[in-house]
Amino acid sequence: MSDTTFTPELEAPSVPLMPLSDLIPYALLTALLAIILFYFVGAEEGATSVFPGMTMHEWVHDARHLLGFPCH
Amino acid sequence: MDSQKIVRGLLIRGMLAGLAAGVLMWAFGYLFGEPHIRDAIAFEESISPPSNEAPLVSRTMQESLGLLTGTVVYAIAAGGVFALVFAAVFGRVGHARPRVTAATLGLVAFVVIVFVPFLKYPSNPPAVSLDETIGFRTRTYFVMLLLSLVAAFAALRIGRDAVKRLGTWNGTLVAVAGYVVLAGIASVLMPAVKEMPEGFSPELLYSFRLSTLGTHAVLYATLGLGFGALAERWISQVRPAAAGTYRTSSLSAGAPHS
Repeated sequence: MSDTTFTPELEAPSVPLMPLSDLIPYALLTALLAIILFYFVGAEEGATSVFPGMTMHEWVHDARHLLGFPCH
Repeated sequence: MDSQKIVRGLLIRGMLAGLAAGVLMWAFGYLFGEPHIRDAIAFEESISPPSNEAPLVSRTMQESLGLLTGTVVYAIAAGGVFALVFAAVFGRVGHARPRVTAATLGLVAFVVIVFVPFLKYPSNPPAVSLDETIGFRTRTYFVMLLLSLVAAFAALRIGRDAVKRLGTWNGTLVAVAGYVVLAGIASVLMPAVKEMPEGFSPELLYSFRLSTLGTHAVLYATLGLGFGALAERWISQVRPAAAGTYRTSSLSAGAPHS
């Protein structure tokens, strides 16, 4: 057989899905929303507080410990 | 308009895979993490008896709906970001088919986002850390996470040049070595956190930390493999021309090819 190394099971044509500029608005919005969500799961009512009290901290308390975020 | 359709489809699939991952993480965490949290709380109460006030959220709620809220919200957000990073790297970094790209991305994300920050600042069950250092521990943890991400981006840039010069295998090795060196330097320079109450069971600490890694492994395995399968089907649908180049049947995969 020939010595070409193209393996259709593994390789796709090296064509990007889309120009990066098309991705930017989606990336910005998703990153912003994700950071807010990560903050409320991982850090709210710990070192910093947006809302007063500890209810939110207590609600996700176990997830915070288990996911490895700093907690008490 | 074509790229809008593709990115929308990927985003939806990323968040769906994230939702599934969040539920699986809860199941894993409930079975393998919660027993250690219970033991740690029992230790905490044995050294400082709890107040008589009713807790804000009961332990039963924290273990069930509370933990589920945390893992699901975390995993959906992670799934959305994962889908967009996939959209950016597919066809640009390496030329693997969609599901191989997604699986590789899952492994890389686990190492960069979870494992390397964990090596410096491992997770701790209740009772281990001091309340008064929460500000310091929060800052150092997130700075370490950021440095790991910066090291990964730098390694990507190093790898692009290295692959052109040294070929795919050696170039990739250079990129991995670059990440290890940069993340290692960051880890050595970051301040240590050494807090451990007298008499805390080392075995309990080890098991709890292992369950942290397990919970994240569930997340990135589900995103890497689950989102990968969904993304490959979606891309084959919207780009039929590309679909022919990666056959999915095991028969063709097993057949010798020239």
